Amino acid sequence: MLTLTNVRKAFNRGTVNEKVALDGLNLHLDKGDFVTVIGGNGAGKSTMLNMIAGVYPLDSGTVTLDGKDISRLSEHARAAHLGRVFQDPMRGTAADMQIDENLALARRRGQRRTLRWGITRAEREEYREALSTLGLGLESRLSDKVGLLSGGQRQAITLLMATLKEPDLLLLDEHTAALDPKTAAKVLQITQQIVDESGLTTIMVTHNMHDAIRLGNRLVMMADGRVIYDVRGEEKARLHRADLMAKFEEAAGEEFANDRMLLG
Amino acid sequence: MLLAMQGAVSQGILWGVMVLGVFITYKLLDIADLTCDGSLALGGCVCAILVVQYGCNPWLAIGAGALAGVVAGAVTGLLHTLFSIPAILAGILTQISLWSINLRIMGKSNVPLLKHETVFSAISAATGLPQTTITIVVGTAFAVAIVAGLYWFFGTEIGSALRATGNNEDMSRALGINTSFTKMVALMVSNGLVGLSGALICQSQKYADIGMGTGAIIIGLAAIVIGEVLGRLTPGKLRSFSSRLIAAVVGSIVYFLIRAIVLQLGMDANDMKLLSACIVAVALAVPVVWERYQLRRSYARGGEA
Ligand SMILES: Nc1ncnc2c1ncn2[C@@H]1O[C@H](COP(=O)(O)OP(=O)(O)OP(=O)(O)O)[C@@H](O)[C@H]1O
Ligand SMILES: [Mg+2]
Repeated sequence: MLTLTNVRKAFNRGTVNEKVALDGLNLHLDKGDFVTVIGGNGAGKSTMLNMIAGVYPLDSGTVTLDGKDISRLSEHARAAHLGRVFQDPMRGTAADMQIDENLALARRRGQRRTLRWGITRAEREEYREALSTLGLGLESRLSDKVGLLSGGQRQAITLLMATLKEPDLLLLDEHTAALDPKTAAKVLQITQQIVDESGLTTIMVTHNMHDAIRLGNRLVMMADGRVIYDVRGEEKARLHRADLMAKFEEAAGEEFANDRMLLG
Repeated sequence: MLLAMQGAVSQGILWGVMVLGVFITYKLLDIADLTCDGSLALGGCVCAILVVQYGCNPWLAIGAGALAGVVAGAVTGLLHTLFSIPAILAGILTQISLWSINLRIMGKSNVPLLKHETVFSAISAATGLPQTTITIVVGTAFAVAIVAGLYWFFGTEIGSALRATGNNEDMSRALGINTSFTKMVALMVSNGLVGLSGALICQSQKYADIGMGTGAIIIGLAAIVIGEVLGRLTPGKLRSFSSRLIAAVVGSIVYFLIRAIVLQLGMDANDMKLLSACIVAVALAVPVVWERYQLRRSYARGGEA
């Protein structure tokens, strides 16, 4: 379904600040895989998702989705296949637009936008229903500006927006990191509900080892722009935090002691 | 005095068309598009030269002025989207080139239309009504049609995508919106309106002048700001999109009324630009200062508790 082959990306190439973010990354996802990704700060997790989404051009290697090479497609062209939720709740929604307008924009992802109305009455009903599944009481606030909502509410809406038109692949980059524990748990529960419902192929980056083990059918650990550990199924289910810590230690040596992973 | 006021209203309405153009870039796209000074004069110059030198129908000449504005917007749009030149700078580049282009178009710095028919004189001759009245009626008709058109356009899928682009570009791209395209469209529509306004102004004042667009962006921003303040003072708060558009035009009328009044009071016309700049600067500064003041007060309260 998704294959990254030898993907390389360096920032500030040719300067003293050159930083290799992805160093010949290889990863293959099967349809329906729910992969959790962990790794220290600067391991290249966000960069990997950005390469898949086409935020920056890659230096070398290829990204194929459903057998099609998308490495050279622009970000907005790839969006037809991808649902994305960012770490920053502000990034995923348009604050000055209404909840229903945001959803209507998302529903037309990957579709040619025309001079037809941007939102129809029938759609509004549909959105009301979809919002009620979140259990946040947002279904009665369809014409509120998104800017009035809390970070958790915005993140839940972004999640809904990412999946309103079913994506081939869902990319979640620490999408609960900016939320308080209770809200984070709620958003994670919604995530699982949405992913399970349609068996979405998903990549979820997280710093929470417990979540990484608990959720999904596969776990990938990254360090220095490469995959250093990849477990799935039964083996993953039997994982413990201690195993992951050991792996970390192995990969990062002393450095890991300062890492924010410890807090997870 | 009454005549001066009437003149101010008609001027305000014709410039209001430009203000609607500035509204699109400044309020919706969050760009201060400096092309506007150049494209206003461009619309006027193209219109004047078509009427005077080519005996063109004045209505067609207005259309041509608008079209010229669209092209100017496209140039700024290409500089900005294709070559990633910051929007402000791209606008300045187009504005500066338009100065030379406008001089080339007219061949001199001022073209009078005195003996030529304009849309206003034509209707005035047909109906027997005075030209100031006709200017207000025609200007209002244009403004109403444009507000209705914009209201429709920004409700469509493309229009919504454009608003989204101005609001959150990252999100827009993630939702498959080609933000280069939406920005191009916004700049073209905006400058088309500015060009249209320039052509209307040219016909109503019966001349086109190379400097007629100088400071237009400031007039546009001042009018928008005045409109917003008036909107906020109105009981219903008027937040809907259509009322924001109408407020922009009303802001333009109020701006020209203020201008007429201070001129009557003996202020030099050339000082008006300074006054406009001050209005905009104050309007932009007040919310920031207010927020800081609120913040400090809440700190102070926190300290007491
Ligand atoms: N736009 C950029 N410009 C320059 N360097 C960048 C950029 N984006 C990422 N990097 C660098 O690339 C490396 C990988 O960053 P990335 O954001 O992918 O890490 P991450 O695994 O997501 O880390 P975190 O857990 O902190 O989010 C880091 O060293 C980072 O400084
Ligand atoms: Mg990251």
